[in-house]
Amino acid sequence: MPEPIMETRELTRYFGGLAAVHGVSVACNVGELHAVIGPNGAGKSTLINLLSGDLPSSSGSVHLRGHNVTGLRSDRISRRGVGRSYQKTNVFLPFTVFDNCRLAAQSRLPSSMRFFKPAAAYRAVSSAAVRALTMAGLEGREGAIVASLSHGEQRQVEIAMTLATSPVVLLLDEPLAGMGAEESARMVDLLRKLTKDHAILLVEHDMDAVFAVADRLTVMVNGQVLESGSPAQIRASRAVQEAYLGVDDV
Amino acid sequence: MIVCLLALALLPFIADKFTVQLVTKMMIMAIFAMSLDLLVGYTGLVSLGHAAFFGISGYILALLTPQYQAANFWVSLPLAVAGAGVLALAIGCLVLRVTGVYFIMVTLAFAQMLHYLFHDTRIAGGSDGMYIYLRPDAGIFGLRPFDLEKFGDFYFVVFALFIAVFLFLRVVLRSLFGQVISGVHVNEGRMRSLGFPTFRYKLASFVLSGMLAGIAGYLSAVQFGVVNPDMLGWHLSGSVLMMVILGGMGSLVGPILGAFAMMLLELGFQSLTKHWQLPMGLAIVLVALLLPRGLVGLASLRSRSKEAVDA
Repeated sequence: MPEPIMETRELTRYFGGLAAVHGVSVACNVGELHAVIGPNGAGKSTLINLLSGDLPSSSGSVHLRGHNVTGLRSDRISRRGVGRSYQKTNVFLPFTVFDNCRLAAQSRLPSSMRFFKPAAAYRAVSSAAVRALTMAGLEGREGAIVASLSHGEQRQVEIAMTLATSPVVLLLDEPLAGMGAEESARMVDLLRKLTKDHAILLVEHDMDAVFAVADRLTVMVNGQVLESGSPAQIRASRAVQEAYLGVDDV
Repeated sequence: MIVCLLALALLPFIADKFTVQLVTKMMIMAIFAMSLDLLVGYTGLVSLGHAAFFGISGYILALLTPQYQAANFWVSLPLAVAGAGVLALAIGCLVLRVTGVYFIMVTLAFAQMLHYLFHDTRIAGGSDGMYIYLRPDAGIFGLRPFDLEKFGDFYFVVFALFIAVFLFLRVVLRSLFGQVISGVHVNEGRMRSLGFPTFRYKLASFVLSGMLAGIAGYLSAVQFGVVNPDMLGWHLSGSVLMMVILGGMGSLVGPILGAFAMMLLELGFQSLTKHWQLPMGLAIVLVALLLPRGLVGLASLRSRSKEAVDA
């Protein structure tokens, strides 16, 4: 098996005395969608925040392409090809859809310390923005102010911005949350398409979607990894049934 | 807007000396207010110490001017502006580590430190300040394109710089840099996760803003021929912040309107009563309550009501 593009080793994060993430080792490979599931408060979002550099870890390490990137701030992690989306929509509400994506694409220029040439004159940036928003299904909505969009469309903007930074690793925190059935189905299609040339770590509550797209599953409970394996293995696991999946059936 | 510009360009030919000097002062304050708006309205950093950069630039001119000679305009202006920039770089490196209310307090603290440095030591005349007996000489390569001692010439120099600063900011705000600071204003955390090292951009904005304030401070020192510690004080920082808020943050016309309106109001109330600050305060409270977007909000208010009539 090739070396994973991004992995954590014994990653731990305490909030006060609580171990939100405790000794977690996960790996992502290009061409693979790795889904992390678990009940609320299992530490899934914290795990993403640790991987993206939004939160510093308490111990353990994060590796990207074989380099130790533990403790790097989020902007540095992003520049190394890791894009993330947020569970709670985190975009630029007063800007248009296009400007949100353009700003995201602009982040890939070596520097934005350019004071004179108008931003609109950077053609490559604009076309990267259009590509991303088209992929996320927002074509025709370029000029709309994001604050005026529906919740589902704002979720699409969130994804489009993440894609506009042309990442290799995608960390997606509940991209389907709050989406209607049709939007969800489209997102699932998009995830499948993206999996081909990206490494995706997906945190999601929608179990049907997760089992439809995941190549590998990790189940977290109380900040720790309970089980990790293929969807079939997870479905068959007794520990998982007891701790999590079975809950619905009881 | 074109009418306003034309009026400003023709003013020295039609108005008396007092009016020309008053409008000169207004344009200087408008430059100062625009520089602060880059920080407050566009980058989202509310500073209560902006007079530090205005004042330091004036002091640099005063210290560069020999007692019985004039400093050279072409040398002293860039030096004063660069000095304001260096000061902004030093202060910015420290104050940009905090945000929100703390940022306001720390910018105030640094400006007050500087105020007391000039107030309580004998640098440049201590609390009395220092006179600039001769205005800078505009001689360059044997030419003398204008004479700052003439109030008309000085007016046009200020007018040209006022326009230049306005156009410069317009270009900068549309550039990549301008997009980044607007993004930082709206959602700094997301900018960072998109890969922008935001501290750097905030610092650049702080320095740029300080340098533009330096242009205003230099011109003010030239106009009044004197610098004193009040030029660095919180009172002035507060006034310029009020001009920005009064006129409308996050637009370039706003601070200009704010500067002109505030100085006209001040003049108007001063002629009516000795306690002019009371009606002044009331006027500002009223604008804040009725026009949350400042005086520039008036224009959009009118177009909106027009739309309503048309519909």
